[in-house]
Amino acid sequence: MVEFLQFTLSGLSFGMIYAAIALSLVLIWRGTRLLNFAQGGMAMFTTYIALEVIRQTGSYWAGFAVALAAGLVLGAAAELAVIRPAIGKPELNAVIITIGLLILIEGLAGIFYGGQYRSFPAAFSVIGLRAGSTPLGVSRFDVFVALAVLAATLLLAAGFRYTSAGLRMRAAAFNATVARLSGIRVARVITVGWALAGLLGALAGVLVTPSTFLYPNSMDSIFVFGFTAAVIGGLDSALGAVVGGLLLGVVLSYAGGYLGAQGSDLTALVALGILVVVLMLRPDGIFAGARVRRV
Amino acid sequence: MTSPAAAAEPTEPTDGDADPAVDAPDAPDAPDAKGSLVIEDLVAGYGEVIALNQVTITAGAATITAVLGANGAGKTTLLRAISGMVRPRAGRVLLDGADRTGRGPEEMARAGVAHVPEGQGVIAELTVEENLRIGLMSRPARARRGADRAAALAEAYDRFGVLADRRRKLAATLSGGERQMLVIARALVARPRVLLLDEPSLGLAPRIMTQVMDMVVRLSREHGITIVLVEQNARGALAIADHGVVLNLGRVVAAADAATLAADDALRHHYLGF
Repeated sequence: MVEFLQFTLSGLSFGMIYAAIALSLVLIWRGTRLLNFAQGGMAMFTTYIALEVIRQTGSYWAGFAVALAAGLVLGAAAELAVIRPAIGKPELNAVIITIGLLILIEGLAGIFYGGQYRSFPAAFSVIGLRAGSTPLGVSRFDVFVALAVLAATLLLAAGFRYTSAGLRMRAAAFNATVARLSGIRVARVITVGWALAGLLGALAGVLVTPSTFLYPNSMDSIFVFGFTAAVIGGLDSALGAVVGGLLLGVVLSYAGGYLGAQGSDLTALVALGILVVVLMLRPDGIFAGARVRRV
Repeated sequence: MTSPAAAAEPTEPTDGDADPAVDAPDAPDAPDAKGSLVIEDLVAGYGEVIALNQVTITAGAATITAVLGANGAGKTTLLRAISGMVRPRAGRVLLDGADRTGRGPEEMARAGVAHVPEGQGVIAELTVEENLRIGLMSRPARARRGADRAAALAEAYDRFGVLADRRRKLAATLSGGERQMLVIARALVARPRVLLLDEPSLGLAPRIMTQVMDMVVRLSREHGITIVLVEQNARGALAIADHGVVLNLGRVVAAADAATLAADDALRHHYLGF
């Protein structure tokens, strides 16, 4: 019973990381109908930047803040420089471009920082917490991870729902033609969407890297799980991204814990299994809404 | 659903939020702004197809101009060329004398040209109130906030009680006639100089059609909005219009005041099918 609790809690914490990546993918999908395969790579790069800042200033929080800011900038820059030219052309172009961007970013990281594994500090203690004498399987840092992603998610949701800028983004995502004809600068809105996605990715990066160590490919498997979570939840649904992430995190935690093998092969297999099952039962994802048909 | 990215062509450089087109002397709220629209020798098309061939139309300020013709005549392309969705290959679009040819839809909207495409007046996934707020997006920033915004919305709700009742409901739950009501209300909120309507009565029951046409007339008479109305329902359109233009295969084949056109049997038989 204790084990179950431990696996559940640690799965939820990891699941929040997947949720953050999934959310950033959903954000970009809704805005541009593209899957950003470079999202993990961008998160890795901003984490390297954070590490530099921490080294130079000695302050974790300075590095944290700079990573988030760099995420915003990198997201916007990617949209303007790399994605914008692909708009209006066949969709395959954009897919290849984002994969190319991923390879470029990972290559640059290797050139600048080398391939060796670096350790990245955690914001809070990573010692397991206890309830009385029972180990809970999560640490203060894990709780921070969950709360940070939750806070970011709620802030974004509130922003979309209650601000004029949020209304513009939703209008542009639902019907770009009517939005443009109403005077909304859809191109600008899309750039902001990518910037916010970059922010979420950067957050996921600094939160997960203490566990995975930092190297040019460190975000690859996290990205794949985040992508899986987004698809499970329904690519158009932000709530689906969060639920998908948590679900995936928890199930993978059970798989790793109960089936014994901590190796990535088995967890990858389980993730694939979940994906196949969900897509067979609900091809659009769990939270896909009914399609609004235009007559 | 159209990809938002595909609809956002990267054309003009983006201005800051202080848009000279809106704050300039001929801005919608300024006394000189009349809303006269002149289209000169416009040529526009898609790929190898020329949809508009040397089209010249004058729509006087605060008038209603009906644009009629069979399917494929170029009516929708005409509206798109005016609002900036399609870039003309030749010719000019003049708004109150100022050349606005080839400007993108965002700019044209901020200059006071509102275009309601066929079947796409409202954003179904947003609420009624949010759709009305979208109408404010083309107006100067201060009109979008606080008391000004509340006043604009209140005026729309006053005029259209049904919308007031459904303000928090998704636009998708509205009937066809109610959606067109929302479209007209949004036009009221946006206070454009020129309103381009593409088949507003499509798919509506005859009684609702009449109501929509009445609302269109009121927009023109009470608020001085210049209206360009594309309609398959030629009879209904000519009944409320001041002038009529008939297009056929991208050319203007007749342009006269509405009464003359309505009385011209030969024209009606030949180009309008009744």
